[in-house]
Amino acid sequence: MCTYITAKLDAAGSAKGADGWFTLSETTVYFDHPVHAAAEHTLNIDFRNPERGAGARVAVELTAQTARALAHAILETLDAVPEDLI
Amino acid sequence: MCPMSDAFISATERITGHGGAEIEAYTARPQDSHPRGGVVVIHHLPGYDDQTKEIVRRFAHLGFNAAMPNLFWHDAPGAAPDDAAAAGRAKGGVPDERLVGDVAGAAEYLRSLPNANGKVGVIGYCSGGRQSVLAACSLPLDAAVDCYGAFVTGDPSALEGHPMRNVSTLENRLADLRCPLLGLFGAQDSYPSPDEVAQLEHLLTEHGKSFEFHTYDDAGHAFFAVERPAFRPQSAKDGWERIEAFFGKYLSA
Repeated sequence: MCTYITAKLDAAGSAKGADGWFTLSETTVYFDHPVHAAAEHTLNIDFRNPERGAGARVAVELTAQTARALAHAILETLDAVPEDLI
Repeated sequence: MCPMSDAFISATERITGHGGAEIEAYTARPQDSHPRGGVVVIHHLPGYDDQTKEIVRRFAHLGFNAAMPNLFWHDAPGAAPDDAAAAGRAKGGVPDERLVGDVAGAAEYLRSLPNANGKVGVIGYCSGGRQSVLAACSLPLDAAVDCYGAFVTGDPSALEGHPMRNVSTLENRLADLRCPLLGLFGAQDSYPSPDEVAQLEHLLTEHGKSFEFHTYDDAGHAFFAVERPAFRPQSAKDGWERIEAFFGKYLSA
């Protein structure tokens, strides 16, 4: 089904999209039907800057297993960084 | 007598949508002058995509005029369809009121075509299935098809951890259903579940509405989607035949 479940977060950083690098302002995360991935549902992340237009977006559609592994890797990486660098 | 031509033109056009706004729509129009019905196609939440455009063309091949409004055009006019869908999803999806306005605009466009017979039906898939029923409860349409739409019945807010903020049940709208309804469902689907489909049958019967439901044992959700693992060729083939017969019956002059 279309789950409509969307988490929206403020974001600081940069992403490289179809027109090159842009400054991020927002990240949306949702579990729903993908546009491209060959799966019924995927964990979708859009890194966006709506002020620069809807095309200022980097999109990924990940299987649930991939998304969980990614989330763990992100947290493990951050946990390994000396505190004074964060 | 000359046989009817099967030529049609498919194109991206501008139509008048909700609130008088100009929106994009994908249309497919048979070129023969013989009067015919029209079909509004409602795309699923991932957006106004190539697969749903193929469905629009299939209706023209079957002899109907067809139009699919880009429901996310309001969120990002002129953007690539997948970017517009992402912008719309970030806002929580398509508001019901706006959906009704855009379907009304597409129906009016179809009625205005030179070879229109005045009859217009609506069909939607997944979230569009619920929206098809919503449109049929809100607008003067002649036939509606719901392909596995969740939350026509059932309470989305009751789902633990699933805050369906912008979606509400249509149970209290079904008394207003204005046209016959064809429902096509998968027995292995959980959204809608077989119990929710049975509840919909019960409510439509109670309200004295005309409907025809088919549930396919081998299918779950999205069994018409040819590019997804859920595709079930036999169920989809039978479903298409039932859609053609249903629209053929109710959209004839």
